[in-house]
Amino acid sequence: MRRHDITLVVNGVARQASVPARRLLSDCLRHDLGLTGTHVGCEHGVCGCCTVLLDGQPVRSCLTFAVSVDGHEITTVEGLGGDGDSLSPVQQAFAECHALQCGFCTPGFLCTVTALLRDNPAPTDEEVVEGISGNLCRCTGYQNIVKAVHRAAELMAE
Amino acid sequence: MKPPPFEYHAPRDLDEALDTLARLAERGKVLAGGQSLIPMLNMRLTAPEHLVDVNRLAELDTVETEDGGLRVGALARHSRVGRAGHPLLRQALKLVAHPVIRNRGTVVGSLVHADPAAELPAVLALLGGSVRLARPGRTRDVPAAEFFLGPLESAVEPGELAVSAFFPALPPGAGCAFLEVARRHGDFALAGVCALVTPEGHARAACVGVGPVPIVVDVSERAPDWAAAARAVREAAEPDDDIHATAEYRGHLVGVLAERAFREAAASAKA
Repeated sequence: MRRHDITLVVNGVARQASVPARRLLSDCLRHDLGLTGTHVGCEHGVCGCCTVLLDGQPVRSCLTFAVSVDGHEITTVEGLGGDGDSLSPVQQAFAECHALQCGFCTPGFLCTVTALLRDNPAPTDEEVVEGISGNLCRCTGYQNIVKAVHRAAELMAE
Repeated sequence: MKPPPFEYHAPRDLDEALDTLARLAERGKVLAGGQSLIPMLNMRLTAPEHLVDVNRLAELDTVETEDGGLRVGALARHSRVGRAGHPLLRQALKLVAHPVIRNRGTVVGSLVHADPAAELPAVLALLGGSVRLARPGRTRDVPAAEFFLGPLESAVEPGELAVSAFFPALPPGAGCAFLEVARRHGDFALAGVCALVTPEGHARAACVGVGPVPIVVDVSERAPDWAAAARAVREAAEPDDDIHATAEYRGHLVGVLAERAFREAAASAKA
């Protein structure tokens, strides 16, 4: 099968990969680039675990071919925090509010919520629920995730 | 789950895309947002030999006001079109999957995909819009009534590219509503109805999920008796049984949703 040489700017770093056309962005990030923070759940766009930011907009990496986004900027969960181990406000709020249990869905939630709060720094409850409606969590019951989104909004406003 | 292998083509401009599609004919499939196609590939429900990726054709990433309506280019994503100021498109797009899917999926792609439970084909049919299809040296506009042929089947011929769709603006003062019932928010609807009511009393509805293609019913003669209008819509629907709901339940939903949608549309119409 023909391979395609692509360059993705992942978390601010230009990364090269040689991939078959059918390589999903989720698999490219995990297998070719070793960034296993992006989780793969359903692989047909329902669960939201694989959500990453493509040029700043949250998208399903399992419903995107890596070769389609050659030259574009990708932000994964590994790129949300600051230097070293420091957490972003959204990550910190998720930790404070107990907004994760097993953590499998968390990378997708963090990417989705990061973009949500950038576009809408003080969302209502309804806007939060609408914003995270495409991400499934089987542990928390969502209540603490909604709390964490509001807490993150507070942290970002400080 | 991995997609089956395919040959990948990434044309840089529209002419190259049309030439590539014309050369591949039946063997080629267009990839735009991929939010319907890639799940089908991942689940191996389809296995096209060649994919022609139009994501680099910036000339198709357009949303323009034109002759009393909105012309939406083939690469315009749902999220952008929902902000373009067309009230019925805004309401319909809120019901299309989730915000993250809407960042990538395209309006024209949804029309071409022609899922009988999808919202956008119903909007195009209700408004009497059209889809512009191109091949090298030839372009044609297909009206909505002739565009949707059956489940997942549109009038796009092998070698053609749907380059844009035209959504007419609402008539002056008209009100609209789009209501549906789904098992979960963002899922395909069990049944849905979009309605349009003008201040002069013209009223029509389009149904989704209750027939092979969007069903448009003109109920102007019954307006403003919305219960009678809703019965007419229910009679026109052709629901089927499946694992999600019985035909009878779908028919019931269409009647209830139609009456609510007509009332809501009439309330928002300006006398």
